[in-house]
Amino acid sequence: MITKQVSVFLENKSGRLNEVTRILGEEGINISAFSIADSSDFGVLRMIVPDPDKAVAILREHLFSVQITPVIIITSPNKPGALSSLLNILSEDGIFIEYIYAFSMNENSAVIVIRPSDINRCLHVLEERKDELQSQNDQYVL
Amino acid sequence: MIWNETIECANRNEMQGIQSKRLIETVQRIYHNVPGYRFKMQKAGLSPSDIKSVDDIRKLPFTTKEDLRDHYPFGMFTVPMSEIVRIHASSGTTGRPTVVGYTRKDLNIWAEVVTRTLVMAGVHRNDVVQVAYGYGLFTGGLGIHYGTENLGATVIPISGGNTQKQIQLMQDFGTTVIACTPSYALHLAEVMSDMGISPNELQLKTGIFGAEPWSENMRKEIEGKLKIKAIDIYGLSEVIGPGVSCECEFQAGMHINEDHFIPEIIDPETLQPIAPGEFGELVFSTVSKEGIPLLRYRTRDLTRLIYDKCNCGRTLVRMEKCKGRSDDMLIIRGVNVFPSQIESILLEMSETQPHYLLIVEREGNLDTLRLLVEVQEQFFSDEIKMLESLRKKITSNIQSTLGVTVEVKLVEPRTIERTAGKARRVIDNRKM
Repeated sequence: MITKQVSVFLENKSGRLNEVTRILGEEGINISAFSIADSSDFGVLRMIVPDPDKAVAILREHLFSVQITPVIIITSPNKPGALSSLLNILSEDGIFIEYIYAFSMNENSAVIVIRPSDINRCLHVLEERKDELQSQNDQYVL
Repeated sequence: MIWNETIECANRNEMQGIQSKRLIETVQRIYHNVPGYRFKMQKAGLSPSDIKSVDDIRKLPFTTKEDLRDHYPFGMFTVPMSEIVRIHASSGTTGRPTVVGYTRKDLNIWAEVVTRTLVMAGVHRNDVVQVAYGYGLFTGGLGIHYGTENLGATVIPISGGNTQKQIQLMQDFGTTVIACTPSYALHLAEVMSDMGISPNELQLKTGIFGAEPWSENMRKEIEGKLKIKAIDIYGLSEVIGPGVSCECEFQAGMHINEDHFIPEIIDPETLQPIAPGEFGELVFSTVSKEGIPLLRYRTRDLTRLIYDKCNCGRTLVRMEKCKGRSDDMLIIRGVNVFPSQIESILLEMSETQPHYLLIVEREGNLDTLRLLVEVQEQFFSDEIKMLESLRKKITSNIQSTLGVTVEVKLVEPRTIERTAGKARRVIDNRKM
């Protein structure tokens, strides 16, 4: 499914990530998943939170540069080769991935966050070939 | 030696006589040929006949860089373009450069004043002068070039950059005089030492340094490292270029070629003349130029004038090293940079007001310019490569517009300090 990811611009200096997590923590917003992409001077914090609009409003109040980015979230089996099966399908159909991150939920399943360059086409491909994936393992959930 | 003793050693009365005669003529010429300035005079209730001597100069309205910009490119010229044989330009306060034009006579005057300054600096016709100022629209290179030829010395027109080659030619050609920016002189010294060349192996004896502010400490450093006498030269393209004034061998202030460029010192706030010897903004009236003569042009440089006779025998008034600016212009490696130029470049790339801070530093001997830009949401992209390309675009737009290299750093919103609601745009950490 498509969900709203919250992206935050951060300078590469100590305490900046903590500032974001502190603000969200005080507001009772849980971070389900996050990753940081960095360059030499700055980074982009990308987060999946239950209420992205609220998170954005609060961070803007604290003068962060924030953006909502649509991403695709897929639940996948938590075992060797599972990510590969998914990526095979995407690469066969020429889907280009800008970035991707993932985390394990438990022993059985993991969550994969994908930002493709063309989100609608990516979603379309996944929908079309859902059965293929699920025939391998019924734990794939779009 | 003195190149033009009649002028350079004239007594005050004789000088004022020359200045008065030329000022009266110039006011007439500008009044009848430059509508913008005529309008200013009329508004002040002045007609050319009100200017009877150099003492009346303070009645005249000022000319500013903005006037040149408003009449870009040739609106302040007093002769038809067919009379103009050369154009030079320097960067202006916004996108448009400040353009100046020279007639054949202007070029002769320029060569004459540069020759005077070279001779002041102790340059002789047997010298070999390496001109490492940039050649091109910038007046530095060609200005010194023609003055050197006029003196009869040998010119090496190498222009700026290419440091190792500069040093090799100094060795091979027996360069005795180097003309460049003072920071480049220190860079030359550094590269020389990296190449294992001692200044004792060279014939260098004099350096003619200008186009950027420098301190007495820097002079000592240059003189020590290159084993030369470091002479300060001053000029600006609006007045003529290098050769407006220069130090003599006594290094006690720069002698102004005041028979061509009449100096005044004013209070930059009240615009009133300041008592002789006090610090204020330097103003020039060019009274012999034909292409673009300017009356009471505000240089924005802060200094004071010394009217005592110099030990060298010259009576030409001297100006002290400039102490700063009455506007926010920065000089980075000889290039004029206004914060407003950076602002307009950033504005072209975004819809809303950008927040930025320029930090000037002197690392080793070269000035570096760092630009912090706040990543407001109009600039923000979720993708690192977009942010990196934004940074590259800002860097290259500034490079191509201003001709200076700047290190751009993207910072979070509100990291740049705001004082009383207004952002501070420039931090100059150079120790001059």
